[in-house]
Amino acid sequence: MAKLTFKTDKCKGCGLCVDACPKQVLALAKDKINKKGHHPVEAVNEEACIGCAFCATMCPDCIIKVER
Amino acid sequence: MVVFDKPHALADVPLHYCPGCTHGIVHRLVAEVIDELGIEGKTVGIAPVGCSVMAYDYFNCDMIEAAHGRAPAVATGVKRALPENIVFTYQGDGDLASIGMAETVHSAARNENITVIFINNAIYGMTGGQMAPTSLPGQVTQTSPYGRDVNHCGYPVKVCEMLSKLDGPEYLERVAVNNVKNVKAAKKAIKKAFQNQVEGKGFSLVEVVSSCPTNWGMTPKKALEWIDEKMIPYYPLGVYKDRTAESEGK
Amino acid sequence: MADKVLMKGNEAIAEAAIIAGCRHYFGYPITPQTEIAAYMAKRMPKIGGCFLQAESEIAAINMVYGVASTGHRVMTSSSSPGISLKGEGLSYLAGADLPSLIVNVQRGGPGLGGIQPSQSDYYQATKAGGHGDFRMIVLAPASVQEMADLTVKGFELADTYRMTSMILADGTMGQMMEPVSLDLDVKPAPEKPWATTGTNLEREHNIVNSLFLSPEKLEEENFKRYERYKYIEENEAMYEEYMMDDAEICIAAFGIAARVAKNAINEARAQGIKVGLIRPITLWPFPNAPFKKAAESVKQIISVELSMGQMIDDIKLASECRVPVTLCNRVGGMIPSPEQVLEAIIEANNGGAK
Repeated sequence: MAKLTFKTDKCKGCGLCVDACPKQVLALAKDKINKKGHHPVEAVNEEACIGCAFCATMCPDCIIKVER
Repeated sequence: MVVFDKPHALADVPLHYCPGCTHGIVHRLVAEVIDELGIEGKTVGIAPVGCSVMAYDYFNCDMIEAAHGRAPAVATGVKRALPENIVFTYQGDGDLASIGMAETVHSAARNENITVIFINNAIYGMTGGQMAPTSLPGQVTQTSPYGRDVNHCGYPVKVCEMLSKLDGPEYLERVAVNNVKNVKAAKKAIKKAFQNQVEGKGFSLVEVVSSCPTNWGMTPKKALEWIDEKMIPYYPLGVYKDRTAESEGK
Repeated sequence: MADKVLMKGNEAIAEAAIIAGCRHYFGYPITPQTEIAAYMAKRMPKIGGCFLQAESEIAAINMVYGVASTGHRVMTSSSSPGISLKGEGLSYLAGADLPSLIVNVQRGGPGLGGIQPSQSDYYQATKAGGHGDFRMIVLAPASVQEMADLTVKGFELADTYRMTSMILADGTMGQMMEPVSLDLDVKPAPEKPWATTGTNLEREHNIVNSLFLSPEKLEEENFKRYERYKYIEENEAMYEEYMMDDAEICIAAFGIAARVAKNAINEARAQGIKVGLIRPITLWPFPNAPFKKAAESVKQIISVELSMGQMIDDIKLASECRVPVTLCNRVGGMIPSPEQVLEAIIEANNGGAK
């Protein structure tokens, strides 16, 4: 299983990673607000992650670390 | 095993770009390439005027902030003084294709051994969304509120096509960063543009069709779709010049 | 005593720059300074330097900005309309605290003007080289020897104070041929730890930049720069005095005008008129002290200029308007004759300014 780490406070909640994920692992946390005032991304289905790093590839703010 | 993490050449600071702005993706690609080629210690980057003006804070290599449009001239100076170093410019469409057109064309014509990363998002971002030299016909901007009227203000500038008519440049490619496949292709092109410089081949420019969700008035997701629907049909992706490949009969 | 060679003023600048260690020259053709470019085009490739003809004066000054960022000595040259184009770059050089040498071989203006000599870019050089609060060190040679000497001095001052030095010459000085000694004393350039030469992964990255979005920070940068300027004003002003000891009338003139004035002064002295010359060599910092002192003893100051009267403002400030300051000038490419200056001296001697 792959492991995802987020620099949550740098997330701007743009959602490009959410759309890029082929396994619907990610979602914007509608109930959370980070330091920047955005709904940050979180893994809602991490066990489905295949470590393809598509999310990180599309993240404009380089907040995602992917390990496998 | 780490599959993906921030490249070393990219500074660990928050980028000031709007949510979903693809500048961040291109910054990262440049930094990844600098890492992979092991050239951070000898790279000097030139930041433009425009949204990416503060790129000088975002790369860990030495950086210079140039006047609007003058980055290729500044890069020329740096490269002539430090021929063993790697010199790149990072410029937007207003910077490169409007106010700095002369510097762009002539550095290409001289086959200046530099790498140019050109962000084409069809709008002036920093000043709040005015018509760019690359704004599409009919595109609504702050200074083309009724849509870009080509009878009044002319047609967009297709930089890769135009420069490809010159004998000077080594390598011209247009890429996009609106999906994973295109981002990977963009990285390949950027790597080639730096590799060319390492090998002394000359002027290499990668035009990156990018999004500006804020000034396009779209969500980040919709903006990436608009690249596919509107931008790429007008600005077809591909290699416009590759002298080495041409001379090798590829 | 070193051998002297006969050289044009423009060529003396070029050779002196090379002697000073300048290995990068960028320029765009414009009369009457093209000999500098032509000389560099010949010499630079032979000594491992770089001459590059830029696509415009704007590109040339930005190439200068690029080389200056790496800490190497670099120069460009142009003439009045071309210097206007360089204004943007001059401001950025100032804002980024980069050293460089710029040569302006002035011609008549405004606009396209003419191609004959002028001093009408005095204001531009000393007060308004571009947007924003900044200064350039402005050096005004009055001989081919000084064209060479002040070029070396210009590089040294630029490096010392991290700013632009400008040689403000004119078409006559550029074209004039005189014997010149090229046995020039060049001091080693200072260390430039701020230069963008690559981090080599051994230090934090250097940034050459003139953008400060925080007004507090930008104000601080301006204050710091002006502290340096104040030091320069107090320490670097250069001038020549000629027959000022007993002078009752003072001529003020720089460059070619000073040469004409000396002829007129010699003639006036032969007629028994006590007249002398103060010749500013640095136009910025302006040599205030000799004018302040002269204002205590002379009855009139005459500013001889190839302009509608630009340096005259600084003379009035320096002399605190304690004596009349009048103008003796020609413009548009014309040069005041010794007779014209002599006439002004005689008039002053007979009753002073009207």
